Amino acid sequence: MRSEESWAKSVARLEVTDVPDGAVNINVEGRRLTSPIQGFGKMWQKTYQVRVPSDRVSATDLIATWKENFREFWPEGNHFYGALTGIAPGDVALLNMTLPGRMKLSTGVMVLYADDESFTLMTPQGHMFAGWITFSALEAEGDTVAQAQVLMRASDPIFEMGLAMGGHKQEDRFWQHTLTALAAHFGHAGEVDTKVVCVDKKRQWSKWRNVWHSAAIRSTLYTMGAPGRGVKRLFKRERAVA
Amino acid sequence: MPETATTFEVREVLDTARVIEIKGDITAASEDVLMDAYTRASESGVRAIVLSFAQLDYMNSGGIGLLVTLLVRAQRQRQRVLAYGLSDHYRQIFELTRLDEAVGIHDSEEDALAEVRR
Repeated sequence: MRSEESWAKSVARLEVTDVPDGAVNINVEGRRLTSPIQGFGKMWQKTYQVRVPSDRVSATDLIATWKENFREFWPEGNHFYGALTGIAPGDVALLNMTLPGRMKLSTGVMVLYADDESFTLMTPQGHMFAGWITFSALEAEGDTVAQAQVLMRASDPIFEMGLAMGGHKQEDRFWQHTLTALAAHFGHAGEVDTKVVCVDKKRQWSKWRNVWHSAAIRSTLYTMGAPGRGVKRLFKRERAVA
Repeated sequence: MPETATTFEVREVLDTARVIEIKGDITAASEDVLMDAYTRASESGVRAIVLSFAQLDYMNSGGIGLLVTLLVRAQRQRQRVLAYGLSDHYRQIFELTRLDEAVGIHDSEEDALAEVRR
């Protein structure tokens, strides 16, 4: 499918129309999208690939399945709250993730592009990284090759430090798990091939102020405020009963 | 829209600027040809790379990723990247992906070269 409709419509700021039960929406509404140009850290291109025999699934069927069941392939403890119908251009999804140290992170993504062969998710301000992830599939040498490719810079100095201190490895494990689960869905025990390229070693120090939007800081403050919110809700309920 | 063959022709327009004429599609599969065109365009003394999108047929998100990579390579060489000939649709995509904050967008080649001379 080659159509302008594959692209999301232009938006100045993200809008969350529906917050599913259990989802936390604190770092998406009103945020701008960020490409690697707006990020702080080194720029990376990470490519994860898994091969599934073509007789099990074609490239377009694989992408259709991936779009429909996107959340199912994620590692436990991480939640993707997107549209139940799958992935469509312009959709905004909330992400509630678990980082090392059991830290909870609430953020989101927008579907920048989606066609029959690929789809791309782009991150908002405050996300761990500024950039996008493209999921695609192609047929080669009797196999259907499923790929996730991340083009990113850490959003701010804190996330840059986090990536250096194990965050990159955790991200690798995340997408390796996802692709392994995807291959398993088609009854194949696939091995994930990982290729990491540093596209730009320079950090963009002028972007250090991105830390203001940091989803890590805001999620932590939100978690710390949970007892206070609980007490407030209790008073509200008592007042309503009285 | 059927898929078309892609070519990237390099034109010398000023001592310090080269135009890369994009004809066809830009997708992730265009990486080698686009980077080869960029290398040909980046002779010593070239300070500006002007991308002509006037004959672009189609670009997907993989293509936008390639443009970001080209931009980083150009910035490393202290070169500016400018663009012209974008349709309204792709202008919007440049805004959406915020590429327009790093790539100077112009209506015509003349406008882009006037910017280079400034």
